[in-house]
Amino acid sequence: MTGIIDYGVGNLFSLCSSFAFIGERAIVSGDRDELSACERILLPGVGAFADAADKLRESGLDAFVLEAASSGKPLLGICLGMQLLFERSYEFGDYAGLGLLKGKIVPIPDQNHTLKIPQIGWNALHFPQDKPKGPLFRDVHEGDCVYFVHSFYATDCADSVSATTEYGIELTAAAESGNVFGTQFHPEKSGTVGLKILRSFCALG
Amino acid sequence: MITKRIIPCLDVRDGRVVKGTNFLGLRDVSSPVDLARYYSENGADELVFYDITASSDGRKLFTDILVETASTVFIPLTVGGGINTLADFDRVLKCGADKVSVNSGAIRNPSLIGEAAKRYGSQCVVLSVDIKRVDGTFHVFAKGGREDTGKDALEWIRFGLAEGAGELVINSIDTDGVKGGFDLPMLRAVCEIADVPVIASGGAGCAEDFVKLFQSIPGVDAGLAASIFHFGEVRIEDLKKLLASHNIPMRI
Repeated sequence: MTGIIDYGVGNLFSLCSSFAFIGERAIVSGDRDELSACERILLPGVGAFADAADKLRESGLDAFVLEAASSGKPLLGICLGMQLLFERSYEFGDYAGLGLLKGKIVPIPDQNHTLKIPQIGWNALHFPQDKPKGPLFRDVHEGDCVYFVHSFYATDCADSVSATTEYGIELTAAAESGNVFGTQFHPEKSGTVGLKILRSFCALG
Repeated sequence: MITKRIIPCLDVRDGRVVKGTNFLGLRDVSSPVDLARYYSENGADELVFYDITASSDGRKLFTDILVETASTVFIPLTVGGGINTLADFDRVLKCGADKVSVNSGAIRNPSLIGEAAKRYGSQCVVLSVDIKRVDGTFHVFAKGGREDTGKDALEWIRFGLAEGAGELVINSIDTDGVKGGFDLPMLRAVCEIADVPVIASGGAGCAEDFVKLFQSIPGVDAGLAASIFHFGEVRIEDLKKLLASHNIPMRI
């Protein structure tokens, strides 16, 4: 069972349906007892970092996420949920994240004013040559496309980067450290490639 | 590199796809759910559902099929038609839409764009504009292209972008249905002022029209069409292979 954390951020319809579609049990809950009973935890999120970080803190679920991570349960953050796993974000200010992954969140640079920000659309995944492919991507191939919607990205996180994508520069598309995983893109909107990634996550723990 | 998107558009009335299709192997050719699944499995990068129902019974059927589609198709879903209030946004987002496209509703109530962008985020708000040349300038048309609002299209687009629209669908009434290709001059004018993704619509008659579109206007992010896909004149998989062979980045 995967526990999808409901802290009032974003639309969880597709996420829930994608778990149902691949035949994996999932619950959406903001209740820590219910979530504690799950083998895996998923932290979703869209919108602004500061707002989401506040909501997570107000609901008291920030402590739960930290506990879940230290207990060794597989934890997956998606989009803004991934960004929250990092130490800090510089999205319209300077805000603390959960600090489960080393690195910070900064705006996608557009020095020549040639990029559209946010990046919206399908972009290819590239896997670092110098490390083995992460467990989420065991069935995903170099160059497979996934769906992104974001204006900020994780940087200073070379140790944890598990996939990159190219948008003006090389951007962090996914990161992992031990049992903590994050995808900047939306696996639940990335067709069969995305479903494979969710299936691989469900095979953990 | 980010890929260019190919987007089929499905007109839905009372829960059924309006224009017939002739795909082999489809159980029910006017089932939006079956058609959406077919497109998703055959290369579509995104789907647009356009609700042309007038009655509230039809609305209910529309949201039912939206729920069913969003439960089985995992690519971005955009919904348009009959979006006049934030409650309409709420209704379709809860049923699994990822983006909501506003057109006449925003013309009647321009603050809808900003209010929706604030509540749901810009990425959720698509401004769809029907444009036709009137005395040499681009005018915004309302009510499915039947009524000249007198508004200058480029000014309207600037306003929509400033309010927080996250994507633009530009439908040229001048080329729509003619099948002689996209309206390149109009799209070029829009791309000059747009800093968000631009989706070209209206005029696609063959695969080569998409090649011309993406080759001549790098600022266009996606091509949208209905009948050429529905009637099987152009298969999305073949179209994407052709585009890729012209070095246009595609998700194959």
